[in-house]
Amino acid sequence: MELVLSAGIGVFAASGVWLMLRPRTFQVVLGLSLLSYAVNLFIFAMGRLTVGAPPVLGAVPEIVSVDDPVPQALVLTALVISFALTALFLVVLLAARGVTGSDHVDGREPHRVEPHPGNPLP
Amino acid sequence: MTGVAANVPAVSAWSDHLVVLPVVLPIAVAGAMFLMDERRRQLKGALSLATVLVLLGIALVLVGRAGEAAQVYRLGNWAAPYGIVLVADRLSAPMLALANLLGLCALVFSFARWGGAGPRFHGLFLLLLMGVNGAFLTGDLFNLFVFFEVMLAASYGLVLHGSGEVRIRAGLGYIAVNLVASLFFLVGVSLIYGTTGTLNMADLARRLAAPSVDEVGLFEVGCAVLGLAFLIKCSAWPLGFWLPTTYAAASAPAAAILAILSKVGVYVVVRLSLLLFGEGLSAGYAQSCILAAGLATIGFGTIGILAARELTRAAGYAVMISSGTVLAALGTGSERALSGALYYLVGSTLAAGALFLLAEILQRGRDPAEATKPVFADEYRDPFDDPEATEVGRAIPAAVSILGVCFLVCTLMLAGIPPLAGFVGKLAMFSGLTSGTMTASAWGLIAALTLSSFGTLMPLVRLGIFSLWVPSDDPAPVLRAPEFVAIAGLLVACLVLALWGGPVLAYADATVAWLSRPQDYVHAVLGAAEGGRP
Repeated sequence: MELVLSAGIGVFAASGVWLMLRPRTFQVVLGLSLLSYAVNLFIFAMGRLTVGAPPVLGAVPEIVSVDDPVPQALVLTALVISFALTALFLVVLLAARGVTGSDHVDGREPHRVEPHPGNPLP
Repeated sequence: MTGVAANVPAVSAWSDHLVVLPVVLPIAVAGAMFLMDERRRQLKGALSLATVLVLLGIALVLVGRAGEAAQVYRLGNWAAPYGIVLVADRLSAPMLALANLLGLCALVFSFARWGGAGPRFHGLFLLLLMGVNGAFLTGDLFNLFVFFEVMLAASYGLVLHGSGEVRIRAGLGYIAVNLVASLFFLVGVSLIYGTTGTLNMADLARRLAAPSVDEVGLFEVGCAVLGLAFLIKCSAWPLGFWLPTTYAAASAPAAAILAILSKVGVYVVVRLSLLLFGEGLSAGYAQSCILAAGLATIGFGTIGILAARELTRAAGYAVMISSGTVLAALGTGSERALSGALYYLVGSTLAAGALFLLAEILQRGRDPAEATKPVFADEYRDPFDDPEATEVGRAIPAAVSILGVCFLVCTLMLAGIPPLAGFVGKLAMFSGLTSGTMTASAWGLIAALTLSSFGTLMPLVRLGIFSLWVPSDDPAPVLRAPEFVAIAGLLVACLVLALWGGPVLAYADATVAWLSRPQDYVHAVLGAAEGGRP
């Protein structure tokens, strides 16, 4: 389970970083969302992985394996905040697209390099 | 409240509740304001003004009451490591006063023009103040995250206030950078929780003092990731390239209040470094990194301000220099240098805020600087070499002379020229650095501060001459009453800081002495039963 979870977080984070460094704003938004998924899973994992354990120690004394509820509360808060801010970012993205006429993160299309006869790949 | 808080003295006197008001009051008023019709702008303005005045009053009372112990407010009276605590001590109370004073002046400034430039300005403004106040007061890391997010969400709205292509483009980058910073924040917080099992700052300090943390290496990694988030916030080099562009694009009152945001980052770095790494398991952790980051920030800010062609950009770089100064002073580990730096922080934040406001008035109606023009245009042409325009006895409008005096005060403050508080702060840092054995880091900081003074003075004088003295066809700037009151308020605060420099420096000394005794903070927050002291 640990291997699967850490691999999942790694894949999310790697894809997120790659997308975030792409030149189009929509790719940046997707990258930020993937990164926030990775971070939320990471917070979850920091409460230690348990299966079938109760969230708090109850009246039954023989239960020794307890799931830590604090990281779950943290994830909940972080999720809400990241959803809201992603929505805000989308609005700003649309505004930027409307104002500048380009979805490039710089607000303008990059200069096209004319292909040179001797060097067809610019 | 029964049960958990049996051995905790109950919060009873009404004045004990003052600590929670800086958080509760603005969010309540802002919430009510979002329900109001957008056309009732005057009512909203009056409500926000009253709120910020009350907040400033509360902050000053808290500064007065911040004696030798911290005032701890336990929400719902739950005992400290389990419940949420707000702590007003000798560091957070003055920062609170600084934030609300800056907020008050920016708000007054917005009454002239900017308050009506877009919807929901006042509500966002109060939410920003609530986030800043909460970040200064909170006693645990996760609430710090929540208050940071409130502050940032409101600041996204304020950066975009007034709209326009420049603001939207700057806002896009600002939001992206800060979202990534928030993710770093979360990773750091969860690593710290995973290794220590607590997020309460006092509890963290207590657990570090006793060797009960198994994975110190992982804990330090968590602190480093967390520190990255704050260093992005205080725009330390190389994480701060977003700051000058964003602040130059924002509307003037928004830029002035954003100047305090970078100081929130500085505040958290100072607080956590001294609380967690003052002594115990990982004493002195990352100190050299903070020193290097601070020195590099001062250097980058100085180069940036030398290249600035607009006053707003220059003010943004001045904010960077001031953040870098405090970080570097913290990194040298000298207590007296840090107390001088805290004094300098207050003065330079006020002056940078005033410079943002002044810059907007002076640049209003002028064309933005073009990238193709040479930076030093007067190298090629003497600006006074125009006999018709420089005739003797040319009337200077009253507004220009008032603005000139204000600009002079700002320049003296930011460059650290006597007799104002910027100089006093730098002198206090120098005397702190030279009092002990001189190390390479002390020499480095002294050199960096001296160069940054010179590097700030030169471009500000140049930009001041260009906007105030050089005759141009542009209409003379118009100074409205609220704008004058706002700028004068900030500059009078700077003068007060210089005139009462002795008591304020003594307060800063006592603050650093308090910060270097983390066990007292732990004792105040966790109480006698938890703190392990009688």
